[in-house]
Amino acid sequence: MRFGVVRFPGSCDDVDAFQAARRVGDAVILWHAERDLRAADVVVIPGGFSYGDHLRAGAIARFAPVMGEVIEFAHEGGLVLGICNGFQVLCEAGLLPGALLPNVSLRFVCRQVDLEVVNNQTPFTGACDPAETLSIPVKHTTGRYYAPPEELAELSAGGQVVLRYAQGHNPNGSLEDIAGVCNEPRNVFGLMPHPEHAVDPLTGSAGGLRIFESLRAHVDGRVAV
Amino acid sequence: MSTVASLSEIPRHRQLGLTDHEYELILERLGREPNTVELAMLSLMWSEHCAYKHSRKLLRRLPTTGPHLLLGPGENAGAVDVGGGLALAFKVESHNHPSAVEPFQGAATGVGGILRDIFAVGARPIAVLDSLRFGEPEQSERSRYLLGRAVAGIGHYGNSIGVPTIGGEVYFEPSYEQNCLVNAMCLGIAPRERLIRSAAAGPGNLVVLLGALTGRDGIGGASVLASAELGEGDEAKRPSVQIGDPFAEKKLLECCLELLDRGLLVALQDLGAAGLTSSVSEMVSKGGVGVELNVSRVPVRDSAMEPFEIMVSESQERMLCVVEPPRLHEVLAICRRWETLATAIGEVTDSGHVRVLDDGEPVADLPVHVLVDDCPLYDLKPAPPSAPPRGPEGFETPRAGGRRSEADLLLALLGSPNICSRRPLFEQYDWIVQSRTVRRPEQTDAAVLALPDGSGIAVSIDGNGRRVYADPRLGAAEAVYECAANLACVGAEPLGVTNCLNFGNPEKPTVAWQLTEAVEGVVSACEALGIPVVGGNVSLYNEAPAGPIFPTPVIGIVGKLPDVARAGRLGFAREGDAIALVGPFSPSLAASELEKLWGRTPSGPLPDADGGLIRQVHATIRGGVRRQALRSAHDVAEGGVAVALAECCIAGGIGARVELPDALDSFGEAPGRGFIVSGPADALERWADSGPSGACTMIGKVCGDALQISSRLSLPVDELARAWGQGLDKFF
Repeated sequence: MRFGVVRFPGSCDDVDAFQAARRVGDAVILWHAERDLRAADVVVIPGGFSYGDHLRAGAIARFAPVMGEVIEFAHEGGLVLGICNGFQVLCEAGLLPGALLPNVSLRFVCRQVDLEVVNNQTPFTGACDPAETLSIPVKHTTGRYYAPPEELAELSAGGQVVLRYAQGHNPNGSLEDIAGVCNEPRNVFGLMPHPEHAVDPLTGSAGGLRIFESLRAHVDGRVAV
Repeated sequence: MSTVASLSEIPRHRQLGLTDHEYELILERLGREPNTVELAMLSLMWSEHCAYKHSRKLLRRLPTTGPHLLLGPGENAGAVDVGGGLALAFKVESHNHPSAVEPFQGAATGVGGILRDIFAVGARPIAVLDSLRFGEPEQSERSRYLLGRAVAGIGHYGNSIGVPTIGGEVYFEPSYEQNCLVNAMCLGIAPRERLIRSAAAGPGNLVVLLGALTGRDGIGGASVLASAELGEGDEAKRPSVQIGDPFAEKKLLECCLELLDRGLLVALQDLGAAGLTSSVSEMVSKGGVGVELNVSRVPVRDSAMEPFEIMVSESQERMLCVVEPPRLHEVLAICRRWETLATAIGEVTDSGHVRVLDDGEPVADLPVHVLVDDCPLYDLKPAPPSAPPRGPEGFETPRAGGRRSEADLLLALLGSPNICSRRPLFEQYDWIVQSRTVRRPEQTDAAVLALPDGSGIAVSIDGNGRRVYADPRLGAAEAVYECAANLACVGAEPLGVTNCLNFGNPEKPTVAWQLTEAVEGVVSACEALGIPVVGGNVSLYNEAPAGPIFPTPVIGIVGKLPDVARAGRLGFAREGDAIALVGPFSPSLAASELEKLWGRTPSGPLPDADGGLIRQVHATIRGGVRRQALRSAHDVAEGGVAVALAECCIAGGIGARVELPDALDSFGEAPGRGFIVSGPADALERWADSGPSGACTMIGKVCGDALQISSRLSLPVDELARAWGQGLDKFF
């Protein structure tokens, strides 16, 4: 299987995501200016500060040429993973519900946090046990998840809340401790924590590898069918 | 600046920071009066910041050769060989005065500048560290403001560009109240063959300016800000502080590395202090050539900019490269891909002159040697202070007067701004991007990064103004020893040193003496440890009307670990492990943090340091960590053995019971010389036999959930952690 990791000007965690993906499959870099997903099974929109976060985090990246392809790919059921800035881009692109607001502290925060897997019936969390706890770092200034109350209720009821910060671990004031959400068909997933930075105990933790393993298993299973 | 009426009386050269003597020298060398553009260029090239005119002679004393050295002083950054075909480039630089005037942008552009120094030699920046000094945060709102904004600025730049901030230090003393210190260090790696020098070569080759538009920001920064004391009305100097754009630099960085990967550049140089003037002068000087520039080709933010403004602007995120004409097309194509502006603005000549044209009209024509080599170097006139040195008055108030128990003193020290947890700072920094960070902040004394072959590099940055103030020579040597000790604790062998010498006005005899003595201290310690100084920076005139800062040499050392998976940790690891105190260690309270707590101005004598023995002990610690005979290793620094033990307990989340020799003061200090280590009792005994005799004393064992030191104190680890963990929270 093949991951395609998008590189915008200002992407910072693109190489990290590329290396993490390579632990479970093949990976290629997708250049922002090219309308080509290079036959990727999973598109990863990585962390960083695409276009310098000018205007608003994710607001400009959403219009990059490659994003036209990504949006089409997502609408056709293709798997799209947005990490941190990638989550912001997917919300801006309308592929995920809600929005990410500045942290309550109004400061950048880099911290290892515990996450609870709320829904393991997604292509992104299928390898996780129900209610498994994953230890993964966060690092962002604009990560406070927000959606209007009715929408929040629908997301919870519909199983679209995939990850929550464990009690006492919410680093940014996200509503209902939401750390990651998926779209209704469950093929697009965004999260503020950085699973690509949690793939090796040598550099801290390995909880994030579960996300990549889940994708691998899902794609392999789909090919078998 | 000439709009102020009273200034119009002052000769132009003095307004620009040149002395009458220096101006006469310029007249003599040129045989004529310099025009406006030339005077602006010369005033910057002859400033302390660019010419090192008060420190260059002293710096020649530093040892600069070593077996691992690849690039030494004189290049944009030094570099050492770390094996596996890789070069490690590194450098520390100050951005003190800009940060004192506008802390967010001052600190941010300090990071931006040091990053450019690293990729200017062809290395990809992989880590930033910072060394910060502010006034007392408890008493001073200004210091809290500077602290908060400088930290935010460092984070803003480093985080946005995707380079992790993996370590650093911060201390608070009244002497930094007006003149804070912001030193930033950067490390980068490159395939050895990609390292590039900055010497321009090949008459006929093109000089290409890369990156941001040139604007009116930072005009005169090197002379007006960096080479003069701070004083009243410095807010008016804010326009001299540059504005950083990490997004532009990220693109510039990737663009430059791709140009180098493709072998398209003859030479590369960053634009820093004194902008185009300094960059181009240094490039042609090193190459023994000349250059002709056309300022009208420089892309500017404001078309009304004067030629002199274009030549001295310190606009950020710009680089200068030399390209062979047939390859220009390819260079421009890569720059377009990275959305980075690239413009051929001139060409290399064999004239030995820097010639500047504006629309074809000559506006400056200066011999390169006058710009770069002819600035007079001054001999310092050092004189030790006649009275014992006194700190600046105003803030030194006793905070722990009267007789207090050792338990109370330990808690007070742990919670004090100079010792407590740095979490509120490092949580604002991305320390994990690039996936190399093997040890996280506060897990070890030195930061540790993994290399592709399974080996690792370690780095630490240290300085202690209190101790250098008390004894400049020994205090500066201690900074080197302590920094090397931090590397030993993770199992790393030191390979190279970079330093930033932060001092007051060198024209004052006492400051000159501090500087001279401190350099000798650095020389002696580097020689004793056998590590070369590969480069660095000098920051003088760090003073305000209340007086100079504590003399603050900041030392950065990089080292190498053969197996990064075996990097040491500082926290006690396992119940039942034996604990030993190691070192040629006879600490005293002179200039200690406990004395600071009592409100005393630091004074000597500091404990002696035997460099040869220190080197042996560091090697022994390093060996023990590498062989895993030691499960923890931590150097004894501020706050002495009691604080070091508490830190080992807090980091490990476990207690300890120890007996200290009666003569050993719990809070005495002798940085770089003492260590607290732990490990399985038998392994620890065997290891101790391998070291210098008498260097290791078994003092107790890891156990329980409290720290008990002889009959002196017993405190639950929880309570220690609370005192230590919350010390800085209230200032953020």
